[in-house]
Amino acid sequence: MDYYQALESKSVYVIREAYQKFNGRIAMLWSVGKDSTTLLWLVRKAFFGEIPFPVIHIDTSYKFPEMYEFRDRLAKEWGFELIVASNDHQLAQGMGPSTGMKLDCCTELKTNALKQVVERHGFQSILLGIRRDEHGIRAKERYFSPRDAEFQWDYENQPAEVWDQYNSFLREDEHYRIHPILHFTELDIWRYVQRENIPIVDLYRSNNGARYRSIGCVPCCSPVPSQASTVAEIIAELETSTQSERAGRAQDKENLYTMQKLRSLGYM
Amino acid sequence: MQQTPMVEEQIQSVFPIVITGHVDHGKSTLVGRLLYDTGTLQSERYQEMVQSSCETSREDEFAFVLDAFEEERRRGITIDTSQIFFSSKLRPYVIIDTPGHREFIRNMVTGACYAKAAVLLVDATEGVQEQTYRHAWLLSIVGIRDVCVAVNKMDAVGYREERFQELRTSAEALLEKFGLSPSAVVPISARHGDNIVGPSDNMPWCRIAPLMDVLDNLHYTPIEEGAFRFPVQDVYQKSGERILVGRVESGSVRPGDKVRLLPRGDQATVEKILSFPEECAPCARYGEAVGLTLSGADAAVTARGTVLAHGELPRHGSSFAATIFWFFGEYSDGDAVTIRCATQAVEGTIALRQVFDPAQPEAELPCDLICVGEAAHCTIETRGDLVCDDPSLLPEMGRFVVEHDGIPAGAGIFR
Repeated sequence: MDYYQALESKSVYVIREAYQKFNGRIAMLWSVGKDSTTLLWLVRKAFFGEIPFPVIHIDTSYKFPEMYEFRDRLAKEWGFELIVASNDHQLAQGMGPSTGMKLDCCTELKTNALKQVVERHGFQSILLGIRRDEHGIRAKERYFSPRDAEFQWDYENQPAEVWDQYNSFLREDEHYRIHPILHFTELDIWRYVQRENIPIVDLYRSNNGARYRSIGCVPCCSPVPSQASTVAEIIAELETSTQSERAGRAQDKENLYTMQKLRSLGYM
Repeated sequence: MQQTPMVEEQIQSVFPIVITGHVDHGKSTLVGRLLYDTGTLQSERYQEMVQSSCETSREDEFAFVLDAFEEERRRGITIDTSQIFFSSKLRPYVIIDTPGHREFIRNMVTGACYAKAAVLLVDATEGVQEQTYRHAWLLSIVGIRDVCVAVNKMDAVGYREERFQELRTSAEALLEKFGLSPSAVVPISARHGDNIVGPSDNMPWCRIAPLMDVLDNLHYTPIEEGAFRFPVQDVYQKSGERILVGRVESGSVRPGDKVRLLPRGDQATVEKILSFPEECAPCARYGEAVGLTLSGADAAVTARGTVLAHGELPRHGSSFAATIFWFFGEYSDGDAVTIRCATQAVEGTIALRQVFDPAQPEAELPCDLICVGEAAHCTIETRGDLVCDDPSLLPEMGRFVVEHDGIPAGAGIFR
């Protein structure tokens, strides 16, 4: 078994565990970025081409046009149930990245939008495409991570996770965040995308000497200088880069512990 | 499918190493130092570390690279296990940092079970302490054979060789007690970078290779040759077929192979090995998550928890000798628990035979209770049959997790 097959098998095992434990009450969060698109591909692997649960896209209304186009195209091609969720109330009030603290905008338009859709559908578990190497806080995540009714992450009291035995005991109003690609690095994702030929939004490819390394909302993402316009070139670029992946993400930079605050509040 | 054999050949597997040892013996600092000295600390994370060190009035605190929680930095401790990737000149690593405090021992176990080798840190001034013992014992239970001892803070003892030799003797004696022998014992100073990636001018007497070279020389061979074991994870219905999904935990299987369905013992034949996007695979090997279809199998014996086996058959029964370790809450002799071994889950009880604290293995504790940080030799009694193997031959089927009140509270190995 080669290295990427090992990474893949681990993810497929986690996805199947989640499906077995939360059948009918499970959904996946898809940001349309490279990581959650890879996760979507792994879900298809786990169920032999099918995606047997809804796929949620949290729409802040500030995403790139390319992302909306890609989202709708893939949903059609791969044939899955797409739930588009927004915090309509806050959007109507004019919430946006320039209204105040970015932390508040992320909390309202992402975290609270997710909270609303989880409540509306009664989901008990959500698959997410986060990775340990993204951030020091994410490095401490479990594969199965319980969240309380307020979506709080009790990170000082995480349950043990030993030998692929994932805790799934559900207290009232709790839900689980499930992280099947936690062990992939950014470079692993790109090498796996190349190996499996997974479709990826064009924003990651260099256009006029710059590309996005991490994508989200238009106002909070900056491109990085790059000539890499193919997956192979992106891989070659990352092999020598010492910049961090989220360098272009504005919300991380307000305060040293923004990421921890966002995650403890239920951010993905 | 786009094939890229060139890339595949160059990709080396990431080697996972866990860093263990007593509180404040320098685990997180060592990890930060390894990243910095090998040039793999991303410039942003380095700057964030410097800024945070400054805000908490410390010298450049390498531990902050991993201790990312605000509480961890304020209190200067590690609460939860963390993982970080870096590369030596030879190969990529994932370093698993673990907390040294007893109350966070479940986080240490969580981290350790991903590792293939371990570094056990011993503070040159304090020597072997309580958690040094407990962590060493846990490594032996988790099944980690390659343990490298690093005697840290050599700067604090004037880089004296005699002190190092003393500690080397005591570390070797400690590991021997638990059936382990160190791959190497290395004198280092994580804070000052002595003997980490290159030799140290402060220890001209030292003829032991730097820690990074020692780690680069560790090798791990997975048990790929072995009797076939496939614990059924779930059963999917697709196009009128029953697909058994799961992961091959030992050996390999091909279409046409005859397998036993345990614990009941029925026999069936493997028809197809399913994957995606390719429809069928010629073989499924150790570690692969696949789907199998069977012929001649009764639907009743192909549910989650059934173990498909061929070759030498595993044990099955309802009473097993075991050694357990407790990391959450406490257990009173006779309480109901769930035993989880691979995809099996059975209700049962634990009869505690001999309770001890691995930090003081000689002192026996009362046999009616086991608490966080303690261990026991015991008998597991289950209500239904459980299938298991000798952990030294087939680790994935020889170990289990104990769930108490719905929470993973202990772990163990069958004897």
